[in-house]
Amino acid sequence: MASPNTAPGTGTGSASGHPDNAPGHAGSPFAYAPAPESRSVVDIAPSYGLFVDGEFTEAAGGKVFKTVAPATEEVLSEVAQAGEEDVDRAVRAARKAFEKWSALPGSARAKYLFRIARIIQERSRELAVLETLDNGKPIKETRDFDVPQAAAHFFYHAGWADKLAHAGLGPDPRPLGVAAQVIPWNFPLLMLAWKIAPALATGNTVVLKPAETTPLSALFFADVCRQAGLPKGVVNILTGDGSTGAALVSHPDVDKVAFTGSTEVGKAIARQVAGTRKKVTLELGGKGANIVFDDAPIDQAVEGIVTGIFFNQGQVCCAGSRLLVQESVADELIDALKRRLTTLRLGDPLDKNTDIGAINSAQQLAKIRELTGIGEAEGAERWSPECELPSSGYWFAPTLFTGVAQAHTVAQEEIFGPVLSVLTFRTPDEAVAKANNTPYGLSAGVWTEKGSRILAVADRLRAGVVWANTFNKFDPTSPFGGYKESGYGREGGRHGLEAYLDV
Amino acid sequence: MSTSTPSPLAGVASSDSTLRRFLHGLPGVDPVGLEARAAALGTRSIKTTAKAHAIDLAISMIDLTTLEGADTPGKVRSLAAKALRPDPSDRSAPMTAAVCVYPDMAATARAALGDADVKVASVATAFPAGRAALDVKLADVRSAVAAGADEIDMVIDRGAFLAGHYLDVYEEIRAVRAECTGHVRLKVIFETGELSTYDNIRRASWLGMLAGADFIKTSTGKVGTNATPANTLLMLEAVRDFRAQTGTQVGVKPAGGIRTTKDAVKYLVLVNETAGPDWLTSHWFRFGASSLLNDLLMQRQKLRTGRYSGPDYVTVD
Repeated sequence: MASPNTAPGTGTGSASGHPDNAPGHAGSPFAYAPAPESRSVVDIAPSYGLFVDGEFTEAAGGKVFKTVAPATEEVLSEVAQAGEEDVDRAVRAARKAFEKWSALPGSARAKYLFRIARIIQERSRELAVLETLDNGKPIKETRDFDVPQAAAHFFYHAGWADKLAHAGLGPDPRPLGVAAQVIPWNFPLLMLAWKIAPALATGNTVVLKPAETTPLSALFFADVCRQAGLPKGVVNILTGDGSTGAALVSHPDVDKVAFTGSTEVGKAIARQVAGTRKKVTLELGGKGANIVFDDAPIDQAVEGIVTGIFFNQGQVCCAGSRLLVQESVADELIDALKRRLTTLRLGDPLDKNTDIGAINSAQQLAKIRELTGIGEAEGAERWSPECELPSSGYWFAPTLFTGVAQAHTVAQEEIFGPVLSVLTFRTPDEAVAKANNTPYGLSAGVWTEKGSRILAVADRLRAGVVWANTFNKFDPTSPFGGYKESGYGREGGRHGLEAYLDV
Repeated sequence: MSTSTPSPLAGVASSDSTLRRFLHGLPGVDPVGLEARAAALGTRSIKTTAKAHAIDLAISMIDLTTLEGADTPGKVRSLAAKALRPDPSDRSAPMTAAVCVYPDMAATARAALGDADVKVASVATAFPAGRAALDVKLADVRSAVAAGADEIDMVIDRGAFLAGHYLDVYEEIRAVRAECTGHVRLKVIFETGELSTYDNIRRASWLGMLAGADFIKTSTGKVGTNATPANTLLMLEAVRDFRAQTGTQVGVKPAGGIRTTKDAVKYLVLVNETAGPDWLTSHWFRFGASSLLNDLLMQRQKLRTGRYSGPDYVTVD
């Protein structure tokens, strides 16, 4: 990322939408002045090629597409659209690199991973700003979550690289070969880390396709690989749309497919690779239930609910998008939740005090609008705090639906936005039955001060991760993945290694 | 100066068992979640005009404190002078909210402050341990009030609280409250470091408010753990919920260990986003502090002049 950034600034003025009565805003006695992170810390080139065999090259077809800042709709850069020919070239580069890379002692691979982790830390400010610009999420999240977690994944897997024989996966687990990895736009850099770190630690080489709307941090990462001196061809990055991803996963010389994204695309990939030798892991959608019992720590539960559904504007596959609250505390909890939502600060994602940023794309915004429209039409009661939205960019106010029934669309379909559906229950059995009554099974939360209840309920929830008295907590040591239509395979922890090894 | 229990909670303190049932029926506190929320609010970035506003607000909320065995009338007079005119080089710096002294120094403080709008706060009730007979504690309060204290900072009987004798603690606060005649406001100190758990701090907060506290205060400054962002956040939640239930507003005073402008601003953010802007005045929020004032003044000078002058450009007391 060398060339100077000539694009106009995402000023703080156009994207600040705090209501006058929100704490810290003009009108309140203690107004928070704008505190924007400087976007000049990162250089964005006017155009980027594909990263294949250690070099940036044009796409064979010469096609390009634009990536925009969701908060302002400003065009950030133009990136290459990889076609089948490019996919083939990248897979061949990865195959060629695999021979030497997989033959390296684990300690030598670890050295590169440690180096990458440290470079991510050293360049964390650039990465945080870049990710915020391209994705639309608040700088406090990229700064405090996405980037540190990405570094943590590389550190963690660097540690495994020379200890694979002790991972409980047999005495000499072997890498699979070339991994085709397709990642989503909600955590562009972090999902890249979840995919690339274990693949490299276990001796595989990689062709990764970032999401169409968020290619920039992956291209930045290509530069990090070069800076770390990673051998050519070990990591290849192809930008493009769904057709690029489809070409990549169906390439005959790919040994492993790892996908994170929608259940719809996940199913298509499963069909595509059925009957081949390719090993597959899919991490798909969710409709996580956050269950609040009457003996919950209410103030912390409110925070957990907010983190569960408004973290990253709710564009999180494991979001706690269904709140199941025990009827006896429902009114109290909903009042507390509404009061808390009025303090959320929506606006310029680069402002360090912003809690809610922009929706990632016009397409996603349209989907959220459509599903919330259906929610209203079906009779659920809609509520949002008073919230002025910026005039340009893709924005959606934090939204609650109360009086939601299990039969409502907003209780069933994944909205992937800042929209919480509130349902009530009377008994633990009813809570578990409702929580499990979904085709998905990625995440769930249990809120109670009673330890025995946590264990009993968690045991019966069919979800890949169950959080107790917290939500959306992540750690590289902890395996993550789904039940049912939320996918299969695990990422992170010892279990995550297995997905990249022949055991 | 109402001393009657607000009606929605009538009967709660009619016996030890009703009081116990009520306090133990309050929602539990998850320590990890509470501390995470306090830390998250600590990342708010308060700059430029917001920072200038926060610094002046914080100065105006300080109970400028000296609580030493070595206190003398001279020391108290110089503290009073500092409270009245914190920055001799800049008359626009606001006065502090109060000076906080031992009861035997209250008269000296009163005389030094004259008619100025800086309150005299006096600790009492055998501060800091509170280990004395009730009539001794009440005599302590009476002497402070007679000496002209506007505010009484009492300590609760932590021993009774930890033994589960909530009604004893309640009755003692009521008895002290009854001695706070006229416009004297009562601050109730829990010594959160000795209560040890957040559940206890929440129960003590409600107990204090039910008994008629005008302020609830974290600590004496005399034990290892004093005010923290987490225990202050918890007490802010308590006063917020108490007002919602009863209509009665109660103030909060974190004390001990708040030494820097950065810390003070974090506490103001906690107030702003938890209890809300209604608490952002010296009538409802105080800092129990001494060295904090000079750091605020140095930061204030830096904001105004663009230069950081250092400790020799503010007065030591």
